[in-house]
Amino acid sequence: MANNTPDNLRYAKTHEWVRVDGDEVTVGISDYAQESLGDVVFVELPSVGRTLAMGEAFGVVESVKAASDVYAPVSGEVTAINEALLDAPETLNSDPYGEGWMLKLRPSDLAGEQEKLLDAAAYSQHVEDEASKH
Amino acid sequence: MNNYEPPIFELSGPGKIGANLPRLDVPQAELPQALLRDDGLPGIPELTETEVTRHFTRISQRNFCIDTGMYPLGSCTMKYNPKVHEEAARLPGFAFAHPMQPEAQSQGALELMYGLQNYLAELSGFDQVSLQPAAGAQGEFTGVLVFRAYHLDRGDTERNEILVPDSAHGTNPATAAMVGMKVVEVKSGPRGNCSIEDLKAKLGPHTAGLMLTNPNTLGLFEQNIQEIARLVHEAGGLMYGDGANFNAILGIVKPRDVGFDFMHYNLHKTFTTPHGGGGPGSGAVGCTKELAPYMPAPVADKDGDRYYFRTPEKSIGRVKSFWGNFGMLVRAWAYIRTLGAAGLKEVSDNAVLNANYIRVRLQHVYPVAYDRTCMHEVVLKGQLKEAPQARTLDIAKRLIDYGFHPPTVYFPISVPEALMIEPTETESKRNLDAFCDAMLKIAQEAAEDINILKNAPTTAPVRRLDEVGAARKPILTYDRARFRELRGEHEHATPDDQLTVPSY
Repeated sequence: MANNTPDNLRYAKTHEWVRVDGDEVTVGISDYAQESLGDVVFVELPSVGRTLAMGEAFGVVESVKAASDVYAPVSGEVTAINEALLDAPETLNSDPYGEGWMLKLRPSDLAGEQEKLLDAAAYSQHVEDEASKH
Repeated sequence: MNNYEPPIFELSGPGKIGANLPRLDVPQAELPQALLRDDGLPGIPELTETEVTRHFTRISQRNFCIDTGMYPLGSCTMKYNPKVHEEAARLPGFAFAHPMQPEAQSQGALELMYGLQNYLAELSGFDQVSLQPAAGAQGEFTGVLVFRAYHLDRGDTERNEILVPDSAHGTNPATAAMVGMKVVEVKSGPRGNCSIEDLKAKLGPHTAGLMLTNPNTLGLFEQNIQEIARLVHEAGGLMYGDGANFNAILGIVKPRDVGFDFMHYNLHKTFTTPHGGGGPGSGAVGCTKELAPYMPAPVADKDGDRYYFRTPEKSIGRVKSFWGNFGMLVRAWAYIRTLGAAGLKEVSDNAVLNANYIRVRLQHVYPVAYDRTCMHEVVLKGQLKEAPQARTLDIAKRLIDYGFHPPTVYFPISVPEALMIEPTETESKRNLDAFCDAMLKIAQEAAEDINILKNAPTTAPVRRLDEVGAARKPILTYDRARFRELRGEHEHATPDDQLTVPSY
């Protein structure tokens, strides 16, 4: 797999990444996810203030190939969304870990849930396993 | 662009007329100024009859349809539609029947509907059929409404979840959500079937039902269907059968016998009524006697020699005006009567045989998504060992140059680079071979010079479309200057340049 998978992030099996910044986390989709989707043409994000449970669908990413739900990698309240993505969805493709972030959450049980997320090595392995299934 | 046909506005020229109107024999009056438009729109185009005829005939000749070539669009069942059905649907007694005529004057139409309900019930093993829904997705919507009505009627008020496998048609979760159900996804197992483990984990007291397509959208038969049905029923849920792939099992498996409680039939696929722009569709539904009281109204019934419409006692109501898409019912009836029981089984035998023929001829070059006997369609992957740069989209576009409609691509989304091929039973071996030869030739071209694929199509009226640009920055209104710019032309000053320099 030639995808970029930064070591400082945690990953969900459904291909979202989480970065912990103090008492907030930032969420986006992985490089592998953006590449599998192809050119993203539309992004739907939740409203600020919404409470999400771990694994709950919080938005939609649509490419010319398919529309996919995106799931909250940890539980918490949405504190910010990346409004710039709504007008420039291509940022998800060009900079998935930077300008292409999707939302920020105030997590409700980070210590407990973080354990269920994958580190970069485990996520890369997961991606490989998924690819070899087909 | 090859043979570009301009919009009709560009063929317009002031003063040209295409119709002779009678001489004005009343005083001429001007329209009040306030009613005249001044928004700069092109107005009504002015053309001669010859130009209008040629314009629309040329556009119609651009259509790729099942009458012009093989259309192996997986999951859509683009089979040939026999022309005798059109004659049947145009019989004056059917074509000119008014849906508000009294039943006594509509006995023939009612008899046909009653007969079709019974044929569809016989094919599925169900007790009651309604011909109301106008399409498969509306049949699904109807089914989920019936499930909800059934549970609520029994005082079972907590069932608000519909389970849907990850390989399902998008309409399954969409219709369940429209009814207000929560959609819960069930994963596929290693052989492409619904995972029993995941299903068990997701069933519970909130389960209203499972929506399952069998054969599923990977073209594979759900061999565990009876166990799946047992688990869903034990959890108190109901089994919805998406009949999109009924074409593969006619006269072989009755959905009722393997545990379904309700299903829709795509008359516009399995029973050869036109679709894909030629519609409208018809998504008749069938169910067990337990669900029959909730069926949409009306259903055709018979009392002695008299046919009549009846509203089931606890009906969810109407889902379509009048008799549903009645013309489609006539065509489906004609198809069933023409083929009979033996013929319908042969339809499925040949649909499955044809798909497997293609699978075996291509799978050594195009990897098969699941290495097993398929049903009426086969899912391959556009991942060529000899040409890793080739994408499924390139292969699909190159097929256009070989005269074939491309298969369904990038669906089901669980298969990377999916190419979903459904030849149907109406293609001859010669056509299947021509299609396979083209696919193999394309793989060879990809290995030799990938640009042949990346530049395709070369023979179509337009080349590779900018799908991303069209989705991100669509141009939704007619803009002459923009059209010309895209075509690399300059705006001419003459008002009628298209006549002096015709583009064809």
